[in-house]
Amino acid sequence: MEDMLFYDRMQFAFTITFHYLFPQLTMGLSLMIVYFKWKFLRTNTLKYNEAAKFWMKIFALNFAMGVVTGIPMEFQFGTNWAKFSELTGGIIGQTLAMEGMFSFFLESSFLGLFLFGEKLLGHKLHFVTGFLVFLGSWASGYLIIATHSWMQYPVGYEILENGKFVLNNFGALFSNPWLLPSYLHNQAASLVTSSFVVAAIGAFYLLNNKHNEFGKLFLKTGVIFGLISSLLVAFPTGDLVAKNVAKHQPVTFAAMEGIFETEDGGSEIVLIGQPNMLEKKLDNKIAVPNILSFLTYQDWNAEIKGLNEFTKDVHPTNVPGLYYAYHIMVGLGTIFIGLMLIAVVQLFRKKLYKTKWILWFLMFMIPFPYIANTTGWYTAELGRQPWLVYNLLRTADGASPTVSSGNTLFTLLGFIGLYLLLGLLFLMLAGKIINKGPQLNNH
Amino acid sequence: MELFWYIVLMTMLAIYVILDGYDFGAGIIHLFFAKKEKDKKAITNAIGPFWDANEVWLIASGGVLFFAFPTLYASSFSGFYLPLIIILWLLIFRAIGLELRGQIHNKIWEAIWDKAFGIASLLLALFFGVALGNVVRGVNLGNVVDGVSTHEAHYFFLPLWNPSFSPHAEELGIIDWFTLLLGIIGVVALTIHGANWIIFKTNSDINEKLKKVIFNLNIVLVVLVILSLLVWHIIEPHPFHNFIDMPWLWIFPIITFTGLFGLFKVKSFKKHGIGFLFSTLFLFGGLTSTVASIFPKVLPSTNSINPDLTLYNVAADEYGLSVGVYWFAIAVVLVAIYMVIQYKVFKGKMDNVGYGEH
Ligand code: HDD
Ligand code: HEM
Ligand code: HEM
Repeated sequence: MEDMLFYDRMQFAFTITFHYLFPQLTMGLSLMIVYFKWKFLRTNTLKYNEAAKFWMKIFALNFAMGVVTGIPMEFQFGTNWAKFSELTGGIIGQTLAMEGMFSFFLESSFLGLFLFGEKLLGHKLHFVTGFLVFLGSWASGYLIIATHSWMQYPVGYEILENGKFVLNNFGALFSNPWLLPSYLHNQAASLVTSSFVVAAIGAFYLLNNKHNEFGKLFLKTGVIFGLISSLLVAFPTGDLVAKNVAKHQPVTFAAMEGIFETEDGGSEIVLIGQPNMLEKKLDNKIAVPNILSFLTYQDWNAEIKGLNEFTKDVHPTNVPGLYYAYHIMVGLGTIFIGLMLIAVVQLFRKKLYKTKWILWFLMFMIPFPYIANTTGWYTAELGRQPWLVYNLLRTADGASPTVSSGNTLFTLLGFIGLYLLLGLLFLMLAGKIINKGPQLNNH
Repeated sequence: MELFWYIVLMTMLAIYVILDGYDFGAGIIHLFFAKKEKDKKAITNAIGPFWDANEVWLIASGGVLFFAFPTLYASSFSGFYLPLIIILWLLIFRAIGLELRGQIHNKIWEAIWDKAFGIASLLLALFFGVALGNVVRGVNLGNVVDGVSTHEAHYFFLPLWNPSFSPHAEELGIIDWFTLLLGIIGVVALTIHGANWIIFKTNSDINEKLKKVIFNLNIVLVVLVILSLLVWHIIEPHPFHNFIDMPWLWIFPIITFTGLFGLFKVKSFKKHGIGFLFSTLFLFGGLTSTVASIFPKVLPSTNSINPDLTLYNVAADEYGLSVGVYWFAIAVVLVAIYMVIQYKVFKGKMDNVGYGEH
């Protein structure tokens, strides 16, 4: 029974982590493509249109990966988490079904038009189709996060005698206090990913002395979008999500921050340290006093409960994992802001295109927004453990009763193999598109 | 309310089969009949801008199943675990075959993805037919062994096959001779359907040949359908009782046979869409007749201990189902608008859309 759950969790974690590598770029990039196309309509400068077309190629490839890895997600609630689906389907099924009906149809219908319809439609309508693709992908994110928020902070439900969760207030699903901060934070974070990718490809062209005109355009657009989104991720959105966790999941918050003991007169913020679960303390700690209390409650002396005040059975199952995930995310977020700030300053001093070290730095940053996004999700998910629906349904009670661990391991291995192949193909083909670069005057 | 969502779900699934069905069929034609590069291009062009939206009907049907009939979703998705995951893998292969083929111009690269696309399409058509077979045959709900349920009454698990391949065995499998028969019907019917789509949407050189293919396959299809009707009573002793109780249901078999026999005139159709219309009728009628025959069951039980799953005992709560109607009504209108726009822009022959050229 125990290891059956383990494989179910591994499979879900693996497939969702892989899936989410793609939509984060889809959502951010769709906005940036719409921006390029809009610039083209306004200025009638061909390079903006070519920029939009170039990124559409990457987008199409990335989208295809998002779609093929997304379909297994939709199935997996039923295949691996049957009990969970049976008990909560009447509620989270609402938002997931809405996602299919409202956003996937929108995206997929207009993506075909956007990719193949430029000549048929003319530029204005082509812009509109691009905008609708953007709208679809952001709506998809919204409904997914609405689903997820309900699992973190259940609202609008009632539990029947047979254990079933039934909906009694549809509106509550969307006025969930968890939803809006999470959504904005997540969307800002996906814009961080796309900005870094665009900037990095720009830097790559300049360092290569190839496609210089586009290199400059991408770099400029990338760092400006990058600075704005990095700031938004930290403040106000990151701050708001963290406050939600502190308020509604205090034990999760303590574990995330690495606070074992409640401190009188305000808690310190931990910058570095390794959770020592045997002695229930943090090793090699570097911390700044009272900051955490202030950040969370705007009060230097506010009390923050430490982990040791909660009984063991409600502790997050993997405290060190949660702590590291959170600190990696926040640490990277700080680095992003710093780097983008320097880059934008250099841009305005008209030195960015020649400052080699920043270009190299930006180019090598490509993986890090992905890491920050993934660790962000690990923070959310590990923080929710041991619950599937916070405080109401334990993960152990949600798995499929009849699917044996041998079968789950078999399919997990299959997914690993298949996704490895997908990942390699994606990198290879994206590399090819990037190396070829945008074409000016190609018709 | 349950009945409303049942009709919605069945309609969505039928639309899925009709739309993604022509993609699968086109894939099968691509595998067996398209030899020249130009013909292959024509086929992928004819489905290129559509297949993704077509697949969304599957995802959306899954979503509606999840939300309106959570118990059925949970029971069937965990019980049909292995075939579903295999279907997922096939869908992935098919999609990347289509999308990646045009990215590199190299004979071997193209050959690999052509085969991936074609074979995955073929197997998917087979598996979807097998799936339908499993639903009408029913499953051992509660995994009853020696007269005792080993699980909750609405859960089960099926291996891919059992040694005897019989739909009657004590221990059932996904694949037995009955479900396989429906699988083969699925392959033949979708091949015809896909061929009709290609004739409709392209000026390809193989179109004349495809008409012959359709004619011949249609003979096979008639034989297989009759065969399946002859053996149907083995899995369900009274296959016609619903039709006797509710004679208006005969409309569905009539639609099926109109489609089936209409197709024999394939060579004389003047307008190219007519053939596609008839294969659509056949698919729609075949599916609806099948589900109508087991109504209101949605997953019959093969043992006498646990009751059948019916649309009434697997549905979500009344409130959720009622609010769903509001957003669903809005969504359906929007989806219809998208489809009209999509098919308007890509109307007519599509040989030169340039799908997959980057
Ligand atoms: C570029 C990526 C990125 C960056 C730099 C940050 N985050 Fe983040 N964070 C995410 C990407 C992300 C995410 C992947 O998008 C998550 C997962 C769930 C969600 O809604 O957003 C998330 C979740 C998440 C959570 C957990 C919410 C929950 O349990 O549901 C908290 C508390 C924070 N973030 C706080 C912050 C703070 C204070 C940051 C300061 C810089 C920060 N994040 C930077
Ligand atoms: C927003 C939609 C999401 C929903 C509805 C969702 C739901 C779930 C469910 C049902 C599980 C399985 C049970 C469990 O182990 O807790 C799970 C686990 C997990 N998810 Fe999510 N998830 C979502 C998004 C994500 C994303 C985007 C990521 C990562 C990029 C992620 C990472 C994980 C991980 C790592 C686990 C395993 C945690 C563990 O088992 O300890 N999730 N999630
Ligand atoms: C943070 C979590 C998630 C976000 C923001 C997200 C967002 C998106 C977006 C924007 C797309 C469009 C295609 C693409 O991006 O490449 C997509 C595709 C998809 N996602 Fe996710 N997703 C998340 C997690 C999940 C989960 C948990 C599920 C399972 C229910 C899921 C199911 C799907 C499906 C089925 C598709 C394919 C849709 C199509 O064919 O157009 N996603 N997702």
